[in-house]
Amino acid sequence: MIERREAIAELLKDRPDELLVVTGLGSPTYDVAAAGDVDRNFYLWGAMGGAASMGLGLAQARPDSRVMVITGDGEMLMGMGSLATIGAKQPANLAILVIDNEAFGETGGQASHTGLTTNLAAVALACGFRKVMTARKPDELAEVRQLLLEEKGPVLAVLKTRAGDLPRVLPERDGHAIRLRFKAALAQS
Amino acid sequence: MAPFSFAEGDWRAGIFAQFEACGVQQMAYVPDAGHASLIRACHAAGEIDCTVLTTEEEGVALLAGAELGGMRGVMLMQSSGVGNCVNMFSLLASCRFPFVTLVTMRGEWAEFNPWQVPMGQATEDTFRRSGFIVYRADTGEDAAAMTGSALRLAYDSNCAVAVLLSQRLIGAKTF
Repeated sequence: MIERREAIAELLKDRPDELLVVTGLGSPTYDVAAAGDVDRNFYLWGAMGGAASMGLGLAQARPDSRVMVITGDGEMLMGMGSLATIGAKQPANLAILVIDNEAFGETGGQASHTGLTTNLAAVALACGFRKVMTARKPDELAEVRQLLLEEKGPVLAVLKTRAGDLPRVLPERDGHAIRLRFKAALAQS
Repeated sequence: MAPFSFAEGDWRAGIFAQFEACGVQQMAYVPDAGHASLIRACHAAGEIDCTVLTTEEEGVALLAGAELGGMRGVMLMQSSGVGNCVNMFSLLASCRFPFVTLVTMRGEWAEFNPWQVPMGQATEDTFRRSGFIVYRADTGEDAAAMTGSALRLAYDSNCAVAVLLSQRLIGAKTF
């Protein structure tokens, strides 16, 4: 079984300077902040279902940067239509990572659709993503990293992880401050 | 993409001219017959990246992402889609994202389909309660001028602005 926080730290270790990260609300925001509170992270604290769409808009605006959306299964399920939109646009620089604990972790751990019948990697593939994978073991993380950082998008990886609470690592939650920090970091490049 | 020109008297040409004058680089839409010529013009213009959405709230997040990356955008939708966006509008308010949407109105003028009336009647209040500045265009001239103002207000002053294109202007759909 993959431990989510260790896995995100591994995937973002020595991240390329030009990598732009958008996080879905809840635990993915905490996981990414725990791996390093980088100015080129945009943390969502709400707007559930919007992370992948936001990543698409950013990827289209910044074709020379890699954009990675890191979100949870519940957030991705709420924005499942955006996988069709992304498939239709074929952004070569967009990668999505779904941290899939098969549960709504913020609200009491209720079972989500991905633990029942829904296969998000298969959905993405059916929507026209170029390549997808589902990883269940730590020794698959190198391949996940390769897919997310190197391969032509749109690509999507699902990390099957353990459900359960981890200590919260809370980054800035004033959205305007997060936005200005992100834009200032881009202006320096 | 085949070249496109607006039909004689199509007031949407004035809206499109404002997109070009104000540097719109991304356009997201859920199709509506009232926007059809404008959508075709945007697709035909090589410098505007057009994205068709499965639901309107995607466009709110998409254009927020575009603005993060330094691009100006606009969303085209119908009044029935406004309610789909309500929680996503919190992204605009929380981060003070600039945002512009042009909304073709249904359910307000000689409407044939009763299912369009509830959301059409709630559209303006929904925008206002979500923190938008709202314009209502009843003439083609106003539609163009208001689009230009909305884009400047949004991108110069960090506002969310909706331009409602009245059903009287568009013409009630006939079945």
